[in-house]
Amino acid sequence: MELSTSILLTIALAPLVGCLLAGFLGSFIGRAGSHTATILGVAVSCGLSFYVLYQLTAGGALVYNHNIYTWFEIGNYNAHVGFLIDRLTAMMMVVVTFVSLLVHIYTIGYMHEDPGYQRFFSYISLFTFSMLMLVMSNNFMQLFFGWEAVGLVSYLLIGFWYKRPTAIFANLKAFLVNRVGDFGFLLGIAGVLYFLGTLDYATAFGAAPTLVGKTLQITQNVHWDAATVICILLFIGAMGKSAQVPLHVWLPDSMEGPTPISALIHAATMVTAGIFMVARMSPIFELSETALSFVMVIGATGALFTGLIGIVQNDIKRVVAYSTLSQLGYMTVALGVSAYAGAVFHLMTHAFFKALLFLGAGSVIIAMHHEQDMRYMGGLRKYMPITWITMWIGSLALCGVPFFAGFYSKDAIIEAVGESHRWGSGYAYFCVLAGAFVTALYTFRQMYLTFHGKERFTVVHDHGHGHHEHKDDHGHHEPGIMHEAPHESPWVVTLPLILLAIPSLIVGFVAIGPMLFGDWFGGAIHVTEANNVLGELSKDFHGSVAMALHGFTQLPFFLVLAAFAITTYIYLFNPSLADRIKNALKPIYNVLNHKYWFDAVYYIVFARGGMALGRALWKGGDAAVIDGVMVNGSAGLVDRIAGGVRRLQSGYLYHYAFAMILGLILLLGGYWLVGQ
Amino acid sequence: MFNHLLSLLIWLPIVGAIPVLLAGSGRPNSARWIALLVAIATFVLSICLLPQFNAADGAKQLAESHVWIASLGVHYGLAVDGISVALILLTTFVGILVIVGAWEVIQTNPHQYMAAMLVLEGLMIGVFCATDALLFYVFFEAMLIPMFILIGVWGGPRRVYATMKFFIYTFFGSIFMLVGLIYLYLKAGSFDLATLAALPLSMKEQSWLFFAFLIAFAVKVPMVPVHTWLPDAHVEAPTGGSVVLAAVMLKIGGYGFLRFSLPIVPDASEAYAWLVIGLSLLAVVYIGYIALVQEDMKKLVAYSSVAHMGFVTLGIFIAFMLVRGANNLDAAKLGMQGAMVQMISHGFVSGAMFSCIGVLYDRMHTRQIKDYGGVINVMPWFGFFYVLFAMANSGLPGTSGFVGEFQVVLASFQANPWIAFFAAFTLIIGAAYTLYMVKRVLWGDITNPHVAEMKDINGREVFVLSAFAAAVLVLGIWPQPLIHLMDASVTQLVTQLGNHKI
Repeated sequence: MELSTSILLTIALAPLVGCLLAGFLGSFIGRAGSHTATILGVAVSCGLSFYVLYQLTAGGALVYNHNIYTWFEIGNYNAHVGFLIDRLTAMMMVVVTFVSLLVHIYTIGYMHEDPGYQRFFSYISLFTFSMLMLVMSNNFMQLFFGWEAVGLVSYLLIGFWYKRPTAIFANLKAFLVNRVGDFGFLLGIAGVLYFLGTLDYATAFGAAPTLVGKTLQITQNVHWDAATVICILLFIGAMGKSAQVPLHVWLPDSMEGPTPISALIHAATMVTAGIFMVARMSPIFELSETALSFVMVIGATGALFTGLIGIVQNDIKRVVAYSTLSQLGYMTVALGVSAYAGAVFHLMTHAFFKALLFLGAGSVIIAMHHEQDMRYMGGLRKYMPITWITMWIGSLALCGVPFFAGFYSKDAIIEAVGESHRWGSGYAYFCVLAGAFVTALYTFRQMYLTFHGKERFTVVHDHGHGHHEHKDDHGHHEPGIMHEAPHESPWVVTLPLILLAIPSLIVGFVAIGPMLFGDWFGGAIHVTEANNVLGELSKDFHGSVAMALHGFTQLPFFLVLAAFAITTYIYLFNPSLADRIKNALKPIYNVLNHKYWFDAVYYIVFARGGMALGRALWKGGDAAVIDGVMVNGSAGLVDRIAGGVRRLQSGYLYHYAFAMILGLILLLGGYWLVGQ
Repeated sequence: MFNHLLSLLIWLPIVGAIPVLLAGSGRPNSARWIALLVAIATFVLSICLLPQFNAADGAKQLAESHVWIASLGVHYGLAVDGISVALILLTTFVGILVIVGAWEVIQTNPHQYMAAMLVLEGLMIGVFCATDALLFYVFFEAMLIPMFILIGVWGGPRRVYATMKFFIYTFFGSIFMLVGLIYLYLKAGSFDLATLAALPLSMKEQSWLFFAFLIAFAVKVPMVPVHTWLPDAHVEAPTGGSVVLAAVMLKIGGYGFLRFSLPIVPDASEAYAWLVIGLSLLAVVYIGYIALVQEDMKKLVAYSSVAHMGFVTLGIFIAFMLVRGANNLDAAKLGMQGAMVQMISHGFVSGAMFSCIGVLYDRMHTRQIKDYGGVINVMPWFGFFYVLFAMANSGLPGTSGFVGEFQVVLASFQANPWIAFFAAFTLIIGAAYTLYMVKRVLWGDITNPHVAEMKDINGREVFVLSAFAAAVLVLGIWPQPLIHLMDASVTQLVTQLGNHKI
């Protein structure tokens, strides 16, 4: 059976229709009309995505790979808009539309006071469309379209509150850092076309083995392996989009955007596009050990070192943001050891529990009237029990506590790295193990600071201030002073939390068997036999329960337990200890607090340096040399010569007569000389 | 009527300018309406080209030829191929929008302004139709006159400096072309471009001619280092002048390379392709950095035009390396098509960008970026268009700005990955200078009280910007129709590149 083209088109286009309705007719159809239209669009997409997944898994549907229309056709080179729907795609579609749908619903509650309500709905629907185009693509051109389109929406949403200087700084930064990645990505695509002669996935992957032995001439005597060059270039794209070190700097700043999009774009879906892309390109990446080692080392570095920064953050959203960077590192490590299925599996579980954590953090932020600093929270559990419990579920999943979703995906990655013998795998193994400890450390710290311990805010009832008045100046209010007690968020906010908590609990348990150790992805992911670490692991896999029980006896779990003990002691029993440790380890704290100075260095070198270079070229090149010397200089020269020659025309007759005689002599004399 | 379609296209706007002028300053509205009707009629007429034109045939079509100057064997020869048709459509499309755009903006002698625009339109169409080198040269030079008037009369405070610089710069370039053409005429006894293309020439002759053509067209495109007239001309030109200048006139430089350098001096073009490619990459990188630090919006977009036109010259000359070096015809076609698509796309995008700046200028009478900030607060609909065009300028897929650059980068990689490397740098620097401007103009809180008084775009402005937006999006989402229109002609051009003359 074949999937129907019209269903697939509906999945992709329904959110776009919602986007256009809310965007262009927003003031006409009103707030309710806008959110109804967009939610309906995404709901249709989501329902049909589940249907497609069902058809591919249980309904016996074949892989769909067809072009919809021709984008360009020049000789043998062509690019199309088309869909490739296999299980990998279908899983991504379900994750994207499901999280997007919940975020849409959540937004009704989160943004209900915002004047940009309709615009926000329009953007997130546009994002859903773009992301679907990205994952459903059957070729590199459309992939790049989706890739950049999600970047555009990310730009618009980070700068959603465009009056804030920090927001419009962050969105420019995000776009440009992503463009650095896209620079590599585009060259990678050009390399694919050069060596494989096509932009179509299926044809390119089919021809991929011909890359072996081919080289690309870099200089006269330097030739690089073709597969390595292509893979590294493509991966640079993933480093931008999936915020890998050293292109990770934009993601923490993206927290300037409203929280729902932090959950949807900067945690669950868009930032995982790079992971998806590499998994999709597995037939090419499998050809280059060098590139995979590179991927692994980059991922491992991110997994540990960005997690460390999370420990010193006080902004509740920033903790989750650094956690996202660290988890993206885990996925990348998995790609680097050829455990593509493991990466994608972690992508899925992470989408659920990280979206949950972000939306939970958003719920806390609403309750705290847009206070994001955890130093002014504490003891919130009794005010908002649903948020509290669901966030604990998300946190335990994130830490990888057995039976929770994150355990299955993360443990599989750690095991797979342990299995690998690729260059750098020792370093990667250390990073992912240490990362597990660090993850637990910042997660429990965050939970304790937010929900447990003493309340570090005071409620001052003063009836002169209405709710709306201090809404307008949030950000300027006095920290730790609240005008009314925090309260649980409305159902539109808590319902998505609950609906995300369910998969955060069970999806790992249910899906690990088939997805990781069965051949669930089929031909979508290609691993050569020698690299098949997951295949090795599957020999020891005896079901989800056994794996979880075994997990209780393993090092990662003890590390989580240790972190739990430490944070419990510090934050519940001895709160002043945290500051003492901070002071004792001042140098390390400084390094982490300055985020290893990446931002500062980039700002000086690239932003300020680029401007200085531009000014130098402008004043030195264009103004001084070209205009100054060449253009106006030659005009000036003409002027001077003309001024000099003008003196010859004095108007005196005897001057002219004399000149004529002189000319005659020269002429005759010249002839005479030539005659000689 | 269809036998003389091309003549009609050229002369309709030029003759149509007469009643516009006659309407006089006393009846500005009649002048505006007549001008608009003429522009629309020209556009409709250009649409009539499409059914008459056989896109599957790469040869020149709809030919007209009459003896013009018998003693010199000069013909009034017109014909078009797919590339010309595309450029003519661009010209007539932009022709309407500049008339509408100037509607109530131009208050002093609108009849003269409109008439100059129409004459300019006709002359530009003439350039794209001419098959006789001298006729081409006449149109090519005559174009300068209405533009000279447009900048000189309706321009800004430094308009005299700008017009002189513009005129002398371009005239300086074309003199060399004229000398080259005379040499060719003496050799071939004809100005017919097809005859000249078949004329055997030694490498030495070709080299001299190549540089003569290069100077003429490089100034027009403009290429680094002969680009400095463009920022000045743009800054001083009225909005409509800038739009036509960027959208159509620059394309004539690229078009000239196709019609002169490639077929007449192919071996020299191959020998010096490295030079043109180098200058094109310099345009992308060097000009990109300069654009980054501009304080004047029009200067910024002018510099960005230079950078984007770099892809046109790059795509054209990369084809030589691909045909003759790698014998990869398809890749050469890809690069050449990329260059052509980039020409059309840049017409839309730069026209739109200058129109946007015009909208702001009409309200604030300043082009300095620092005078703005937070415009989105008072002009949300304008903001929508501005961001759309800025994204197109940054080469975002889904907009026309992406298509040509994508194709040129893909093709350059086939010639040499390093060329692609520098060309792809536009992805970063192009986004940087465009969005940095957007950040300072559009986003943020209002700091200048005058910005707070700005009114959102009116119906007329919505019409102009929507037309550009539709063009940018349609071409970005579905470029194949345009590519199909030009495909046979590009194939023919690329095949010709392989023909050695020595």
